[in-house]
Amino acid sequence: MLIRLEPRGGRSLRWAYGSPLLALVLTLITTAVIFAMLGKDPLVSLYTFFISPLASATGRPELLVKAAPLVLIAVGLSLGFRANVWNIGAEGQYTIGAIAGGGIGLALYGDENVLTFPAMMIGGVLGGMAWAAIPAFLRTRFNANEILTSLMLTYVAQQLLIYLVTGPWRDPEGYGFPQSRLFDEYATSPNLVPGTRLHLGVVFALIVVALGWLVLAKSLIGFQLKVVGQAPRAARYAGFSEPRLIWFSLLLGGALAGLAGLFEVAGPVGQLTPSISPGYGFTAIIVAFLGRLHPVGVLFGGLLLALTYLGGEKAQIDLGMPNAVTGIFQGILLFYLLACDLLILYRVRIGQRAPAAKAAAAGP
Amino acid sequence: MLKSRRTFTKMLGGTAAVAATIGSPRIVRAADPFKAGYIYVGPVADFGWSHQHDNGRKAVEEALGDKVKTTYVESVKEGPDAERVIRELASAGHGIIFTTSFGFMNPTLKVAKDFPNVKFEHATGYKRADNVSTYNIRFYEGRYIQGVIAGKMSQSGVVGYIGSVPIPEVVMGMNAVAQGMRSVRPDGKIKIVWINGWYDPGKESDATKALIDQGADIIAQHTDSGAPLQVAEERGVHGFGQASDMITLAPKAQLTSSIDNWAPYYVERVKAAIDGTWKSGDVWGGLKSEMLKMAAYANMPDDVKAAAQAAEDGIKSGQIVVFKGPIKDQDGNLKVQDGQALGDGDIAGMNWLAEGVEGKLPS
Amino acid sequence: MSAGFDWVPLVLSVISASTPLLLAATGELVTEKSGVLNLGVEGMMLAGAVVGFAASVATGSGLVGIAAGAAAGALLALIFGVLTLTFLANQVATGLALTIFGVGFSALMGAGYVGIALAPLPKLDIAGLSDLPVVGPILFHQDILVYGSFALLAGVSWFLYRTHAGLVLRSIGDSHDAAHAIGYPVIAIRYAAVAFGGAMCGLAGAYMSLAYTPQWAENMTAGRGWIALALVVFATWRPSRLLLGAYLFGGVSLLQLFLQGQGVRIPSQFLTMLPYLATIVVLVLISRDRTRIRLNAPASLGKPFYAAG
Repeated sequence: MLIRLEPRGGRSLRWAYGSPLLALVLTLITTAVIFAMLGKDPLVSLYTFFISPLASATGRPELLVKAAPLVLIAVGLSLGFRANVWNIGAEGQYTIGAIAGGGIGLALYGDENVLTFPAMMIGGVLGGMAWAAIPAFLRTRFNANEILTSLMLTYVAQQLLIYLVTGPWRDPEGYGFPQSRLFDEYATSPNLVPGTRLHLGVVFALIVVALGWLVLAKSLIGFQLKVVGQAPRAARYAGFSEPRLIWFSLLLGGALAGLAGLFEVAGPVGQLTPSISPGYGFTAIIVAFLGRLHPVGVLFGGLLLALTYLGGEKAQIDLGMPNAVTGIFQGILLFYLLACDLLILYRVRIGQRAPAAKAAAAGP
Repeated sequence: MLKSRRTFTKMLGGTAAVAATIGSPRIVRAADPFKAGYIYVGPVADFGWSHQHDNGRKAVEEALGDKVKTTYVESVKEGPDAERVIRELASAGHGIIFTTSFGFMNPTLKVAKDFPNVKFEHATGYKRADNVSTYNIRFYEGRYIQGVIAGKMSQSGVVGYIGSVPIPEVVMGMNAVAQGMRSVRPDGKIKIVWINGWYDPGKESDATKALIDQGADIIAQHTDSGAPLQVAEERGVHGFGQASDMITLAPKAQLTSSIDNWAPYYVERVKAAIDGTWKSGDVWGGLKSEMLKMAAYANMPDDVKAAAQAAEDGIKSGQIVVFKGPIKDQDGNLKVQDGQALGDGDIAGMNWLAEGVEGKLPS
Repeated sequence: MSAGFDWVPLVLSVISASTPLLLAATGELVTEKSGVLNLGVEGMMLAGAVVGFAASVATGSGLVGIAAGAAAGALLALIFGVLTLTFLANQVATGLALTIFGVGFSALMGAGYVGIALAPLPKLDIAGLSDLPVVGPILFHQDILVYGSFALLAGVSWFLYRTHAGLVLRSIGDSHDAAHAIGYPVIAIRYAAVAFGGAMCGLAGAYMSLAYTPQWAENMTAGRGWIALALVVFATWRPSRLLLGAYLFGGVSLLQLFLQGQGVRIPSQFLTMLPYLATIVVLVLISRDRTRIRLNAPASLGKPFYAAG
């Protein structure tokens, strides 16, 4: 039996929505086998991963809280990725955003008022932008590849954070432990629903999704980003400025990552500590592609990935499953999701190969 | 309904236990066991910090049998995720929850406020509440013994110390080694390399090599992997294990190891929670309470063994006080007056390096 | 630093810190030269580390461990290959997913191996030469994977620029459509390049668990896969510069630890930043010549290929 692909000659709308469902079904089948091998009831396991985090009134807001930073960062990254600007240092921009915005909160300690948090948000945005400006400058001025520079700057940002919280910004009443003061109420991301951890960052994530969609669909720069990604040569003939797109992509990605960092430290964390991110900047890269580089897709991608993290914790608590299984589960889910996207552009045919394809397969 | 099932199973009593061994545990489970939850910052397989907490958890299951059911969540990053996991454990009906890393302090307090009937135990922190206790081990006592051994064993008079992150817990360990070492060898020196992280076997091993190359012939570490000991073994110098007995990794190099023994504390506290006698408190246990144990003294002559044992006994009996003056800091300022002993509060917040320790802390 | 300082051990430390980076980066270079971007280096390294360690414990043979580690890396790479080459999945995302998968897989498989020690891979001496002062211990007293890292780099360099097959591989990386039109088997060659890259990452992992720090511990590669990926970019896809990049990074990493040991009174966090900053600075210095980089970067990197008609 031979399997071959045949281009549809366009995007299949049916499969644009159908492929994630197919991927889910395949994941369920595969992981059910793995769970059974580990001696766990497959159906209970799958329920625990996918449904139980949503079953409780506390779980649903937590899903949004976990997804918010991923979505914020991924929207920024996805626009840049469209133009082939490979900012993989969002984690560092997130860290510097948290430092800059959080630093404003600490500097105003004792004098906070209603303007404090907005100032911190601006600080977070500017901090992330500043950190992303370094790779942008090095790329446009010295032709230095942004993959390397943005990644390396992530480690530098992490060390800067450790230095600040073990040294100058250490909580004077904190017995020398590596943490800043707790942010004052005015310096904290406003809570939306008492009794939950839902905070302003969740709203901003949704706003950014809407704005990202607008930029992409309606603005000139959105158009340019798309063209550069799909047809770089055409873009050059059209006179698009490459440096301008690089600056735009990196600054936008940095701004949103920085804002996400500020929201996390001034929200769920509540202070600066050496460990403020469970790898959001890297996970957001997957989210961007899961969302097919579209802001609305990113929203769903972020929610889905957040769900698997919550489900992984549930699986440890309820079923005693090791954390490693979560990684395997996430890996398999992502594999299927990415592979099933094939169906949007291609038909799978089973049967004899077309003669031309046969010739191609035979090689030189 | 639930109640009737309980009385029913109680009536069955002994027969239930027999039936359970035969193999139908679901039906005959005795009254719902008390649930104890643990969250770890690393994987249980780290052979260090989290590994030892998990051994403590297993000891609880062993000691209390079917009266208790334990749960753990591993590799929970400090930061935004911690509060959610703690809350999750509390909502899932755990009666006592152990949060085993400093960074879980504020999340633990936040969740504790919303679950007044759940008991919380936070390791290494300083904030308490009616339902939040803190507990820790006096690791520095073991470090002092390491210092004594190092002072006797070292040819070069230099201990190489691999630091994780410059926090009081780590700083007090360095100073304790200095106190122990200089009690038997007043010119003893301690060289520090920070890796600015808790866990990176490769980097820890590189740091060890750098220290040995610069004259250190005894290696002490406050990082989580066994890599430094392995380098010591390969290079023919000596070192100390961390958290677990690491003699299997370095049979010729390990002199001893400070073993974190959380078991007695965990058993006692879970028992108290079941009996309803649990009270909030602060426990900082050491050699005397056996929360800290020294692995067998090995790879050293008998007189050093005797000196190490004497130091251990002295600390247990209170004759040796680790941070007793005069102690100067590395710039020569007198930090502890002659004859005085540093209080627990000052030890817990220690933020200066003692005489004999090289390197600099951020300030 | 005192005048009589013996710097031979320092050089030896640099070599062992640089070797895993060099091995993994050499593999990734070949993968990328064929036009495929596999970001799953960290996951493949961890798989190589745990499988290599397990095989070595089971058989008592370092060589079996090395082979098993390479096989594990290649196997994981083939998962990536099936997804991206046959099913045309996005390469960046699939590579990242492979890392998540590899971290989980290695943790699950390695749970029973924690706290077990292995004797490090034996050093291979070369009669007569190993006893020479300075160069003896540095050049002629190393384990097989250190020698292997140089040999494989030289082999890759020779293959890419001196053989017909290497030319085909590069041409596929530069324009898969043109290469396909000429009749080269684009997908088959990419599969081979991906598998080779995975095997090299597996070797890098095996080096860590068998020689560098001979034990298994969860996540023991601690981000080296990312550094290896960055080094391919640093090298501007040229093998000779990989050597420079890996040893620059390894060298500065050791240097900063060494400076700390000297009691330098600079907060250690700033010293810890040094290898990352040094890599950026050197990249900037060598990147200014735009045209040369374009000549080396595979133009089809990361783009899916479908053999039309």
